[in-house]
Amino acid sequence: MTERFEVPARLRNTSLALIAVGVLVLIIGGVTMLGGHDHHDKTRFWLVLLQNSVFFLLLTVASVFIQAAASLAQGGWIVAYKRVPEAIGANVWVFGVIAGAILIFIATAFDVDGHNTIYHWVHPHGDKILEGKSAFLNKEMFIGFTVVAIALWSYFGRKFRALSIAQESAPKNSTKIYWTVFKWSAAFLLVYALTQMSTIPWLWIMSIDAHWYSTMFSWYTFASAFVSGMSVIMLFVVYLKNQGNLEIVTKEHVHDLGKFMFAFSVFWTYVWFAQYMLIWYSNIPEETTYFKMRQHGPYSLIWYSVFIINFIMPILILMARPSKRNYFTVSFMAVVIIFGHWLDFFIMTMPGPLGGHWVLSWYELGIFAGFAGLLIFTVSNTLSKASLVPANHPLLKEAMIHQS
Amino acid sequence: MAIKKFAVACYDDEEVLFPAVKKVRNSGYKLHDVYTPFPVHGLDGALGLKETDLHVAGFIYGITGTSTAVGFMSWIFCSDWPINFGGKPHWSLPAFIPITFELTVLFAAVGMVLTFCYLNQIMPGVKKHVFHPRQTDDLFVVALEINDHTNEEEVINFLKSTNAVETSIQVAESEWWFGRWDKKEPYELA
Repeated sequence: MTERFEVPARLRNTSLALIAVGVLVLIIGGVTMLGGHDHHDKTRFWLVLLQNSVFFLLLTVASVFIQAAASLAQGGWIVAYKRVPEAIGANVWVFGVIAGAILIFIATAFDVDGHNTIYHWVHPHGDKILEGKSAFLNKEMFIGFTVVAIALWSYFGRKFRALSIAQESAPKNSTKIYWTVFKWSAAFLLVYALTQMSTIPWLWIMSIDAHWYSTMFSWYTFASAFVSGMSVIMLFVVYLKNQGNLEIVTKEHVHDLGKFMFAFSVFWTYVWFAQYMLIWYSNIPEETTYFKMRQHGPYSLIWYSVFIINFIMPILILMARPSKRNYFTVSFMAVVIIFGHWLDFFIMTMPGPLGGHWVLSWYELGIFAGFAGLLIFTVSNTLSKASLVPANHPLLKEAMIHQS
Repeated sequence: MAIKKFAVACYDDEEVLFPAVKKVRNSGYKLHDVYTPFPVHGLDGALGLKETDLHVAGFIYGITGTSTAVGFMSWIFCSDWPINFGGKPHWSLPAFIPITFELTVLFAAVGMVLTFCYLNQIMPGVKKHVFHPRQTDDLFVVALEINDHTNEEEVINFLKSTNAVETSIQVAESEWWFGRWDKKEPYELA
């Protein structure tokens, strides 16, 4: 049983157009912002690149995570559209290279009049708090963790896909590769726990507000990335269904993916609120400054929009069973959730360096479009390289008769 | 509460049960219920049962819990016994959220368990007729509702043709009742 997917010309052209928009905006932004004299503009240029590249990288890594989690739990239902998270995971390296280059540039070479306006901890001298943190927050650690994490994610993403494709030509009813994937999945969860779920968000995002810290931060970032990652998988699955592919995927699978989108929207809110409430309750000035800027300061509008888009909308729209089984509602909500969590990343990164000088306009949206185009282009390209049905997979039958 | 007449068939395997249920549904006999020793996957579909509305009830219970918690705490902290906690306003929503969340879950969970018990007619101290003592052990029991005009021999033969290991005609209370286990048997048709 095989099923080939050929990238339709329309999808390819749309993704290329989006990439072109991104590149064009990047060039115009580079000329106007980096060439100008406003130091906020220089910061904004790099900060937006950081926000988008990190958001898209973490979102693609979430696809590797769901594969590993499903393999370890021996979940059968995901096998029906396994090729989609695999294709996203196999392209982690693309976003990894981009994000790694941007992050390392910002940490080492970014400079506005002698200051690193994004990562203050690069020059900790004279600042008691940053000097205290400098054993962890320093350039060597940053580069080391960045390179190792991105390399491992990319490797695992490609490894899972390679193993899954090898299963197709394995002897019939052989479970050798299945158990190999099982072991690799356990290893990946360990890697993921030590990177995405702890150190990486501290270094890449939390260190933008270097004086502030929160122990919930990595979980909160993970929840954001994971729910966006599930939404991206949902969009690809619905698109492939609309193209007449993925015949074995039924409403039952879409329902379960919708459950993930719903559940992890609630989980995001849980972690988000847990972080907020403890700081609100103890009311210590060095901690509350983070939220003062965001909730009551110039970011108030985005702050409340993020809450409404990422919690109120999913819980009201996705709660009912019929809406999780409706292709339109789930794809609409997937787009909404991705945008909402992009805004969430916006509000994680912008306030520290830019303060009240934030802008959400052509440059921000253009870069977002560019990355979205890159994701569509690379993933659809990878999808067309192998059969969409993971033939010979031990759980394929279970996936086909799955009832949610 | 009604005394009714049933034709009962017992099966010793779920592999036999599924085709039997299918035959019963196609035969035109009125299916009363199927009793199994463990949850059988797909049986609800084979029986043609409708999606339950239990989750709608759960939503209503949850909302009740939410409003109870917010309302009660607002009343306590704003009008009944206002206390100044660290200079925070009396009506501090973030501090209410954990309790609101817990009460929402509690109301929804307890309410749904009770509703579930009501819908399935199970409750401590409540009785239901047991068609076969081994229906909680290792037998799958199918009960058909019949009446005085039914040809009993024909039903029994039909049930035997579906590979039933045991068949019987029983007159029994069809609903649940409060009372002692030794309610007078045999029943008589009203």
